[in-house]
Amino acid sequence: MTKGAEQNTQAAPLLDRSDERVKHAEGIGGSVRAFWDRVRSGDLGSLPVVVGLAIIWTVFQSLNPVFLAPNNLVNLLFDCSTVGVIALGIVCILIVGEIDLSVGSVSGFASALVGVLWVNQGWPVSIAILAALLFGALIGALYAVLFNRFGMPSFVATLAGLLSILGLQLYLLGSTGSINLPYEAPLVNFGQLLVMPDPVSYALAALPGIVMFVLGYRTAARRREAGLSPQPLSSLLLRPVVVTVVLEFIVYYLNLDRGIPWMFGLFVGLVVVMNYALTRTKWGRQMLAVGGNREAARRAGINVRFIYMTAFVLCSSLAAAGGILSAARLASASQQAGTGDVNLNAIAAAVIGGTSLFGGRGSAYSALLGIIVIQSIASGLTLLDLSSSLRYMITGAVLAIAVIVDSLARRSRASHGRA
Amino acid sequence: MDRTQDLRDTRELVLSLRGISKHFGAVSALTDIDLDVHAGEVVALVGDNGAGKSTLVKILAGVHQPSSGSITFRDKPVTLADPSAALGLGIATVFQDLALCENLDVVANIFLGRELSPYRLDEVSMELKAWTLLNELSARIPSVREPVASLSGGQRQTVAIARSLLLEPKLILLDEPTAALGVAQTAEVLDLIERVRDRGLGVIMISHNMEDVRAVADRIVVLRLGRNNGVFEPDASNQELVSAITGAANNSVSRRASRRQAQTGQAPAPERRP
Repeated sequence: MTKGAEQNTQAAPLLDRSDERVKHAEGIGGSVRAFWDRVRSGDLGSLPVVVGLAIIWTVFQSLNPVFLAPNNLVNLLFDCSTVGVIALGIVCILIVGEIDLSVGSVSGFASALVGVLWVNQGWPVSIAILAALLFGALIGALYAVLFNRFGMPSFVATLAGLLSILGLQLYLLGSTGSINLPYEAPLVNFGQLLVMPDPVSYALAALPGIVMFVLGYRTAARRREAGLSPQPLSSLLLRPVVVTVVLEFIVYYLNLDRGIPWMFGLFVGLVVVMNYALTRTKWGRQMLAVGGNREAARRAGINVRFIYMTAFVLCSSLAAAGGILSAARLASASQQAGTGDVNLNAIAAAVIGGTSLFGGRGSAYSALLGIIVIQSIASGLTLLDLSSSLRYMITGAVLAIAVIVDSLARRSRASHGRA
Repeated sequence: MDRTQDLRDTRELVLSLRGISKHFGAVSALTDIDLDVHAGEVVALVGDNGAGKSTLVKILAGVHQPSSGSITFRDKPVTLADPSAALGLGIATVFQDLALCENLDVVANIFLGRELSPYRLDEVSMELKAWTLLNELSARIPSVREPVASLSGGQRQTVAIARSLLLEPKLILLDEPTAALGVAQTAEVLDLIERVRDRGLGVIMISHNMEDVRAVADRIVVLRLGRNNGVFEPDASNQELVSAITGAANNSVSRRASRRQAQTGQAPAPERRP
């Protein structure tokens, strides 16, 4: 802050700075200190996942130098997108403090449905996809009714769903067991090959920084007008610049190989939309309120049942969408789709990314960060030619560690007076 | 109090309860409760633990539904099916257990369920309005952008009261508004209650603190074991109130008082029934 601004503040205290007991971060150094204080009190945000990712990448890179090669990372992004979309749904349901254990089965059934309707029955692919998404939404609505009307705990309802929908998937695929999707179809291309042209990817990578700065600047101007403390220009500039530099570097590095997959672009697009919905809309605010204190939300006049309904429906719909993407990625709909570790990977991704299992805390970006961690482990172990037995064990251990970190951070937040 | 008497005759009857009963299984929490609240009047609801004060407030807030009886709000019979129905009519409630979301910040809590511009939250206007409300209460909240978990009990009470005023209600229910507050904050809340009353709102206040009750109430309604047990003017003696609350002239409070007076060598005060 300049001297003139300081005098200005003293002359007429800003509405939100009139209490002299509160420390306010000044400038970049202050922002860093405030961040450190937050971390120490257990408000970890996405710090554990960044640290974890650094460790995982260092270990795998030292074991196999191919790991961080652009080619492998592009593959990683393709693989991320499918389970990542499912994890995004899990974020929604975890925020309201519930769980959906059937996302794997729903995704598997959605892929089977697309296979049967499109390849076997000859429906247009768009209608088949729509039908699969609609099925996902219906399943979510059913869970919500069981939860809202019969008070069925969500983990039991969705555990029942896990088995029933898996059965439905096996029934639908019948004796053949799997359906191959045509290789030349646009859907399969989208899942396996399509990448952004270089200029498009550079432009898209510049977009977040620009939007961030413009919105931040406008908010600061409005706050100044309203007599509230505006964010100083230095920190207003710092974040967009850092974000843009990092993103452009990532894009440059991946463009050394094929480039950014469109499927990953779709996933990130969904994450951004979800983040906006959770942080900037009334619906998102009410989701967090219901997850934080259900009774308080009800007494504030929030339609709690409706909020649960949207959470369950979104979760199952996104699971179906993830299933369709994975069918496109594998060019097949099989009995194995959605089984095995899909369920756990999706849940682990959300939790590792920083969404609390206890409800009321979480962000859409945790799905993105978490799935990159999970997929890095899977990819690294595959490169080392390790069997899936070991992969399951390691992923399980990572999930356990993530939950322990979540739990300890929650306790620390409670003792430091942060929710 | 002549003033209250006059006002009660001329002012609008905001709320009128007739024969309200509430059963929880075999337990009758409330039996045949009658209660009137006029505009610009503070009615204090007192009673021992388990007298049914909180149950009555929860019925008015739409949290519980009465088993029988009628509620008339501003000359219209109403049913308060859920909290949003009560809020929509203009009955705002500050609950004893505060009902704040600890994971959200002060602004989000004040505007919970009433956010401005639903598809693009107007954080600046909300923060501004939050500060205005809090300043009206001369509240000492360090920052409205901290989660409520970091606030003290008194600060949380202030946030809860500020929230109830957001909707410009016709009737405010305060469940133990001063229970968690320090001396200065209690005085501020009592000031605030008077300010709210002077704006022509009806106020129902539950309290165990007879001093606070007498300081602001225009009428004191006593509940005992879920029934009406007398209506008092604020100049009623402590003894009258305590007798009505406990239901006996010879109660633990009067026994304690006479014991202490005997120790200090004075004659015990005469005991009266209400």
